[in-house]
Amino acid sequence: MKKYDVVIIGGGPAGLSAGVYTSRARLSSLLIEKGAIGGQIINAEMVENYPGFTAGISGIDLTQAMHQQATKFGLETLAAEVTGISVNGQQKLVRTSQRDFIAGAIIIAGGSERQKLGVPGETQYTGKGVSYCATCDGAFFRDKTVAVVGGGNAAVTEALELTKFASRIILIHRRHELRATRILQEKVISQPKIEILWDTVVEEILGETFVNKIRVRNINTGMDSVLDVSGVFISIGSQPATGYLKGLLALDAVGAIVTSERLETSVPGIFAAGDIRSGSIRQTIGAAGDGAVAAVNAGKYISG
Amino acid sequence: MSKPVEIEEAKFDDIVLKSKTPVLVDFWAPWCGPCRMVAPIVDELAGEYAGKISFVKVNVDNNQKIRDIYGIMSIPRLILFKDGKPVTSIHGFKPKKELKKSLDEAL
Repeated sequence: MKKYDVVIIGGGPAGLSAGVYTSRARLSSLLIEKGAIGGQIINAEMVENYPGFTAGISGIDLTQAMHQQATKFGLETLAAEVTGISVNGQQKLVRTSQRDFIAGAIIIAGGSERQKLGVPGETQYTGKGVSYCATCDGAFFRDKTVAVVGGGNAAVTEALELTKFASRIILIHRRHELRATRILQEKVISQPKIEILWDTVVEEILGETFVNKIRVRNINTGMDSVLDVSGVFISIGSQPATGYLKGLLALDAVGAIVTSERLETSVPGIFAAGDIRSGSIRQTIGAAGDGAVAAVNAGKYISG
Repeated sequence: MSKPVEIEEAKFDDIVLKSKTPVLVDFWAPWCGPCRMVAPIVDELAGEYAGKISFVKVNVDNNQKIRDIYGIMSIPRLILFKDGKPVTSIHGFKPKKELKKSLDEAL
């Protein structure tokens, strides 16, 4: 079985930054990513708050540069899904959909997954009107009516992004006020294309080949109604991707990994970085910073 | 080494639907980040499946009729056409191994 000094799980900014640091420190390093290198940020057309890029940079250009940089220092990359980790003293085993590896230290940087609504029709119509990303799919809803579900910054940003394309946007929120920042709330309220349905939840997504209706319920009155929409953008938060880690590591109430200041988890030699970590600020720069911290401390752990 | 050819919808009938060999169509747009991740993989597949599958690309911003006919509401989207009919549709970024598996099953 192949052994690496450091195995990094996840190829977003946290994992890539960790890879830059560990491989530059001459630690043999393997990064395992099940999807696209770059993580969620590859869907961002423009990242405007990553320091060093005065004109902004696209998420994909930023993360591809990180990957090239890490690869230049010797980072290896494998497209596979991690299915489990087992620990036997100092020895750590990483099981994947392809092969198993022995690791001196592990950095978990698997990020988060978008939270699903969990209503009938959601899975069936994903990619057929149900979307979790307005910058990705908004252009397909030109001059159409769409619903956005959620009330936080992400949902409000999605609704504003959709005003570029859709003719009418119905923002559906289960509370009677938005959680989004004041500046975003002001933008939404002054935007004539957006109307807000308060105290309302989505019960069902309906359609034929594609979405054409949703059934919603007002939680105060209990009244159901049906709205004609061509798309439903779901933006109700995200969930740390830690399903396979339950029982191995300490997780917080929402399933994020609890770490020390050194970003070490409850298991010595296993570190966590980025959105998967409890207390993460969920920003690219935060993820990159976490990756560096975890990498430096993983190096110290290995050299004892 | 064959490379995917960019086509416009006016030629879709001739190049895709009337083709005797199966055709993989990569629906993409310049603003789509994940499409740029898929593109190099599709380039490699075009080489590996040369003679068995033809590879074309359709920019959905410029070819909205075709986009609407096949109901594309999310990209990247790869559709394999066999005898003028879509037989496999792959949505989102998938690793190369997975794409090859889908193509091999559909052939």
